Amino acid sequence: MKIVGTSKPRVDGAAKVTGQARYADDLALPRMLHARILRSPHAHARIVAIDLAPARATPGVLAAIVGEDLPVAYGILPWTEDEYPLAIGRALYVGDGVAAVAAIDERTAIAACAAVRVEWEKLPAVLSPAEALAHPEIKVNEHAKDGNVSKQVDLSFGPVDENLERAAAVIEGEFHFEGTTHAALEPHCAVASWEPRGELTVWSSTQVPHYLHRALAKVLQLPEDRIRVVQPAVGGAFGGKSEPFDLEFCAAKLSMLTGRPVKIRYTREEVFYAHRGRHPMHMRFRTAADAEGKLLAVDSSILIDGGAHSSFGLVTTYYSGQLLGAPYELPAYRFHSTRVFTNKPACGPKRGHGSVQPRFAIECQLDELAERLEIDPIELRRRNAMGSDETTINGQRVGSNGFLQCLDAVERASGWKEKFGKLPRGRGLGVAGSTYISGTAYPIYPNEMPQSGVSVKLDRSGQVLVTSGVSEIGQGVETVLAYIAVEELGCELAAVRVITGDTLLCPVDLGAYSSRVTFMAGTAAIEACRAMRAHLVEAAAKALECDPSEIELAGGRASARGRELSFREVARLAESAKGTLVTAGGYRTRKVGGEYRGGSIGASPAYSFTAHVAEVSVDERSGVVTVENIWVAHDCGRALHPIHVMGQMEGSAYMGFGEALMESHTFHANGLHRGPSLLDYKLPTTLDTPAVHASIVEANEPGGPYGAKEVGEGPLHPSIPAIANAIHDAVGIRLRALPFSPDRVRAALLAKGGG
Amino acid sequence: MLPLPSCAVSFPETIEQALELLSRPGARVVAGGTDLLPNLKRGLGRPSALVSLARLSGLDAVARDEHELRVGARVTLAELARSSLLPASVRYAASLIASPQIRNVATIGGNLLLDTRCVYVNQSPLWREGLGHCLKADGTECHVVPTGKRCVAAASADLPPILVALGASVRVASKDGVRTIPVERLFSNDGAAPIALGPAELLVEVVIPRAPGTSSAYRKLRVRKAIDFPLLGVAVAVDAEGGLVRALRVVASCIGATPRKVSGLDSIAVGKPLDDATIEAVAERCHGALHPQTNIAADVGWRRAMIPLLVTEALHDVRDAVRTRGGDDGTA
Repeated sequence: MKIVGTSKPRVDGAAKVTGQARYADDLALPRMLHARILRSPHAHARIVAIDLAPARATPGVLAAIVGEDLPVAYGILPWTEDEYPLAIGRALYVGDGVAAVAAIDERTAIAACAAVRVEWEKLPAVLSPAEALAHPEIKVNEHAKDGNVSKQVDLSFGPVDENLERAAAVIEGEFHFEGTTHAALEPHCAVASWEPRGELTVWSSTQVPHYLHRALAKVLQLPEDRIRVVQPAVGGAFGGKSEPFDLEFCAAKLSMLTGRPVKIRYTREEVFYAHRGRHPMHMRFRTAADAEGKLLAVDSSILIDGGAHSSFGLVTTYYSGQLLGAPYELPAYRFHSTRVFTNKPACGPKRGHGSVQPRFAIECQLDELAERLEIDPIELRRRNAMGSDETTINGQRVGSNGFLQCLDAVERASGWKEKFGKLPRGRGLGVAGSTYISGTAYPIYPNEMPQSGVSVKLDRSGQVLVTSGVSEIGQGVETVLAYIAVEELGCELAAVRVITGDTLLCPVDLGAYSSRVTFMAGTAAIEACRAMRAHLVEAAAKALECDPSEIELAGGRASARGRELSFREVARLAESAKGTLVTAGGYRTRKVGGEYRGGSIGASPAYSFTAHVAEVSVDERSGVVTVENIWVAHDCGRALHPIHVMGQMEGSAYMGFGEALMESHTFHANGLHRGPSLLDYKLPTTLDTPAVHASIVEANEPGGPYGAKEVGEGPLHPSIPAIANAIHDAVGIRLRALPFSPDRVRAALLAKGGG
Repeated sequence: MLPLPSCAVSFPETIEQALELLSRPGARVVAGGTDLLPNLKRGLGRPSALVSLARLSGLDAVARDEHELRVGARVTLAELARSSLLPASVRYAASLIASPQIRNVATIGGNLLLDTRCVYVNQSPLWREGLGHCLKADGTECHVVPTGKRCVAAASADLPPILVALGASVRVASKDGVRTIPVERLFSNDGAAPIALGPAELLVEVVIPRAPGTSSAYRKLRVRKAIDFPLLGVAVAVDAEGGLVRALRVVASCIGATPRKVSGLDSIAVGKPLDDATIEAVAERCHGALHPQTNIAADVGWRRAMIPLLVTEALHDVRDAVRTRGGDDGTA
């Protein structure tokens, strides 16, 4: 390989570290207005009357709108379009938008929002799934078919009851995950500009420009061919920007009304209300094994708190069970998952969508099984590893599989054999494993078109332009696309420019979610670059009077038989011979998944694998848990850019560690968020963060670009259970509710009679 | 983004000018602004004008003579944390506050006068509207003590406990001259108006007595190792002679609107060595005397259980000094 497998500085790195990258909030257009969204202070309330006159009368205000001005429902999934840009009739949670005001500056917009008179009729609110199910008459979401049930999934594979019956050990337990949010550094921001020809441009901090494009057309009732969505540099997303939000519609509508560009930027508090973070889940699990520790069955029942809207919840409900079939060979399992609407901000996808919570439960139960059967926890996982080229009981085709190497790597690196069960009291080690998808099998809206498109343009300057609608959200896709151009065309990295996230200039890509980007856009880029390469090879062979197979393209040169041409000369020859040089590639959906309703969810063209070992110390007097080390090994197939891969592994481990020990997206009984700020919502600081030791495992995937699979989300999954299991090794308690805060740890120690 | 409401700001260069500007109704002092400005952004306090100390000359030095240490009100927390003239316990307490960036601008005066905090008040106007407001801001109800008539927002600064324990005082300037009051009398028991200074008074200096026989320590409970306000702050100061306790003070923050000095410790500790039995008895007494409220975002039962632990740890910190040298004020 020429560049794949090396770690060059990322193509957008210098701009980001010098402050020159342009984020949405850096954009300022001539005559631009600023808008604010007035939000509900109540968890559930009827809007009896709303009077915009005082806002409109505020000097400097140019337009104000309410829910009825944008009456078309939307939703990221076409089956559950159940939200409006601004509340119509009822506000469903604290922070639900009810009006928007555009003014000459932000302070004026804020003052005008405060002047809006809303007459509220407070309604009873339901704040937990149990409450919501007990009170179907308090209907949160009018689109729900049955009371407050958002989605219910019952799937069963293999002889679950028989296997439970014949098991040597069955572990039963209830686990509770209270919910966390993404907390990306950049708050959401959008700028919209309605232009005189009847064209709308929206710049937004989104990770799904294409879906935003479609939603804007639907809600604003504009033809799709008049809308352009541009995604500027994004300061982190983690799933929190993977669907349309109120600010994009409101900025667009207010721009259409005023004929001037309009910017809306969230406060940090508004980011907490936009949320779409990890769902709270209450999980009952039974995990059964034979006397040798071979898994026989898993039986789970999960109650999911969805908040007020569906978001991706239909998929979340499936994911809560569909990804349990690997990395262990599981002959039988079933899950019964119910997602419920509540009067809180909607939950959605966060790094490791829907599967981080059940992974916590099952990996803790594997640890309990190992203890019960007196088998080393790593050995128990080894005995159950499914291996490569297998199909899970729920019909998912697993290709390459480096899980065993991952277990070996963390076992070795952590000194497991010397330390597990042998450290002084108060210190312990825990292990956990996981798998994750490299993209979903199917697009969010059914269609036969490519999921990812990439175009390559080359001209006589020797400059290569790669474009794709894919989203750079910090994961490094622009660098990956540039790498592929260098690998295939032999140009220098500096000669490649990449444009992403612009629905006008770039071929369609569905966005940065479900760890699909490198796999799908990378595959499309290879196809586009190879088509371009064919032109170059042909032109070079002609000039160098040799067979095309003899041409080597590398280092900014074409060479054969000791003669060479510069890349620029080759480009000129090719453009002379072939005319304008533009090529394209696309990733097309491959048929995968089980033949049953929901069988495509969790089905992916490739699966990544991860193992963690965490080392903790527990202060038994205070209950404070300190994570000392996390060893993480991840099979991402071929590591295209090893430093990026390790960055994703470290970032994932960090994020999971924060969720394990500190983070809690929770609410007071009146529906007010307990801490909608980065002071009160506890994210670990650098001082809190353990040493994270990353080892890359490369089980190359034949279907992936140069053998690559995902790394953005998978490595998070084992974080929480590895820490839980390490706490058990340290002090002998099993924690089943997150986060593992000192009060809970201390209470568990006292209950056990220690401490 | 949360913009700062518009407000006139003046930049006096002398204390006299500052006092003149502060005599105008509704004027407020701003030094580092790290507490005041976030509160103003959230609509907590609506000063008519801000009087910045940024261009004032003086009030920025740490000085020492044989009796006392004098710290100018504008000395930053970063300077405090690295000043070798100060007792180690004060330096340590300063080093635990917020983050390096904030310590570079926040001042000792600002930390002493930090507003009280409560989970029901340090929120946005929208949030407080949803709550129905409270005694501390725009309301008539307390959400911590539902029948309460006096605000119980918690003293949440790190320096007051240790300065009270050390018997420090502050010098306060007004048009009538300069008065000196003990730090512990700087605070009122009303969380809604926690600072017992007049509106036209300016804290100019902190005075810490030099006490060679005194050893002191500070312990802070928090979730993260940086940024966070304390969930509980415990300061101890022990005067000793010949290995025996002459006086022992424990002062805690995050209990109520003022830093709380635990009473009744003399009868437990005076005349005794600071051994395990004494430490345990002191810790037990503190546990019985201090009752945290639910207005800080951590389990209240756990916070209460941590009181004897922090007291014990702080006393362990000074035990060696008490035993061997009778005392050590930690200064160079």
